[in-house]
Amino acid sequence: MNMNMKLVGVVAATILLAGCHSKSETTADTGAMSGGDVSSSQTGSAIPGSEADLAQNVGDRVFFDLNNSELSQEARQTLDRQAAWLKRYPSVRVTLEGHCDERGTREYNMALGARRANAARAYLVALGVESGRIQTVSYGAERPAVLGTGESVWSQNRRAVTVVAQAGA
Amino acid sequence: MTLPILSRAHLFDRVRAVILALVVLGVPTATAKVVVNVTQGTINPLPIAITALQGEGGADPQVGAAISDVVTSDLRNSGAFRPLDPAAFIQAAQAAADQPRFADWKVLNAQALVTGIVAAEPDGRLRADFRLWDVFEQTQLAGVSYKFPAQSQSYRQIAHMIADVIYKQLTGEDGYFNTQVVYVAESGPFDRRIKRLAIMDQDGANNRILGDQPSSLVLTPRFSPNAPEITYMAFMGNKPRVYVRNIETGRQEPLGDFPGMSFAPRFAPDGNRVIFSQAQGADTNIFVMDTRTRSTQQLTSSGGISTAPSYSPDGSKIAFESDRGGQPQLYVMDAGGGGAHRISFGQGSYDAPVWSPRGDLIAFTKREGGQFYIGVMRPDGSGERIIAQGTHVEGPTWAPNGSVLMYFKQQWLGQTQSRTRLYSIRVTGQNEHEIPTPTDASDPAWSPSLTQ
Repeated sequence: MNMNMKLVGVVAATILLAGCHSKSETTADTGAMSGGDVSSSQTGSAIPGSEADLAQNVGDRVFFDLNNSELSQEARQTLDRQAAWLKRYPSVRVTLEGHCDERGTREYNMALGARRANAARAYLVALGVESGRIQTVSYGAERPAVLGTGESVWSQNRRAVTVVAQAGA
Repeated sequence: MTLPILSRAHLFDRVRAVILALVVLGVPTATAKVVVNVTQGTINPLPIAITALQGEGGADPQVGAAISDVVTSDLRNSGAFRPLDPAAFIQAAQAAADQPRFADWKVLNAQALVTGIVAAEPDGRLRADFRLWDVFEQTQLAGVSYKFPAQSQSYRQIAHMIADVIYKQLTGEDGYFNTQVVYVAESGPFDRRIKRLAIMDQDGANNRILGDQPSSLVLTPRFSPNAPEITYMAFMGNKPRVYVRNIETGRQEPLGDFPGMSFAPRFAPDGNRVIFSQAQGADTNIFVMDTRTRSTQQLTSSGGISTAPSYSPDGSKIAFESDRGGQPQLYVMDAGGGGAHRISFGQGSYDAPVWSPRGDLIAFTKREGGQFYIGVMRPDGSGERIIAQGTHVEGPTWAPNGSVLMYFKQQWLGQTQSRTRLYSIRVTGQNEHEIPTPTDASDPAWSPSLTQ
């Protein structure tokens, strides 16, 4: 499996280099998962099992309501896809980053970010992803995804992002 | 201004030396008739004439003038005094230093008068003698002599100590001018914000970034009550951890090796323990570690988030915030962890309580209806009062006299530009003013008094 993974990775990387070098500018997009046949993936798509693959083809983040860490229906669907993806690439380890918008206080945001990351992690573990593969961290409101102020900004910053920590083995 | 700021230990040495050389200059036994009441809702700032300390015996006359400028600025910034314009003075400062002609000051309606000299000492140091006069009673209220090094910024420290004496004499409250503030200096775009520890005098002078910081993302620095140390949270790699740093030596180390994230640290009043939070799964709980024995005790386990702990000054109680009942509210518990009870019951959510060094009030940040507020309430939850508000105001810290607070305010200038600065305000809600910093600034923490 690992050997196949590496080969597939090399093939995909070659295609990517032979194509254009447009890297994912829109990583926040929660596009549908691509088909299983990796070698036939589109030019510009990401290396399977990579951070970019997760972001482009699975959806790397889920969003929360203000002061809240409950998973919405949409968040669960994203995490369902993430769980399937993580099972497909069992050597991938991830860190779940919990984030808040700017409308909290330092200390509470740190705790709330931790709770959001934990909520996403618990859901993935319940779906059968080994708990040892998922670390969590909170950034409070210190690393917004979108700059500025206002609800359209805040709603994108209240999030848990699944970040690939270590691919392959 | 590349001169190093005085570390607290050094300062203590210096202050000791100063105090050994300190001479009380003919202080009368009578108490002041002239007073400014700073505890009432509205302060009438006391008119005070502050003359330039006069150079004598070859001392640079600019030093005395600079000392008087700092004293003037301290007293004006306190909101309790209205320093008069020296251009209106009738009697010359040199003559007043010899003997005030009270009639000349009475016509200006100066209630109090400050005179003095700065003289060169045979050992190369300078000596500042100042006297505080009650103009209408025609009596001397205070008089102190200080010796200090001729070089460096130490004249500012002497000026702050003089301002402390005047403030105490005329208000009855301890002064808070000979203090420092540690804060977070911010720069760069918000998605890659650089946040570093910085320190300055309470008036913004002698500002500098602390050296050799292992992380460019730090939060919530807090002063030790009795040592040149701060505790703060820093992101190291992928993990937020509590650190303790000696601001004199620069030596810093993690508080301990904890399984999860540790954050929201604050010293206990004895300086030997640090209270902080750890995230544990979905919950966050409060712990205390003895920095000598390294033993750690968990203090909360009620479910939900419990964080931002702050001891009462006698060490017997801990205020903290928790969302165990829904949204964040303020609670007080025994120092051992029992007896937690909610004290905030107003609209909105209440965060980050900070116990006054005087023990009488708890300051907090409140969020309601899209606004942030800084407020105070008594430890039993009564007497809630809002003293500042804005789109984002946060993080109150108390001056050591418990009468003045500092906090930070972020103001948006359009959609993506903002300005974040530190502000000082009296506990009455009066005299809000910005403390100058070279960059965006947040998370202020006021030092204890640096005068022994």
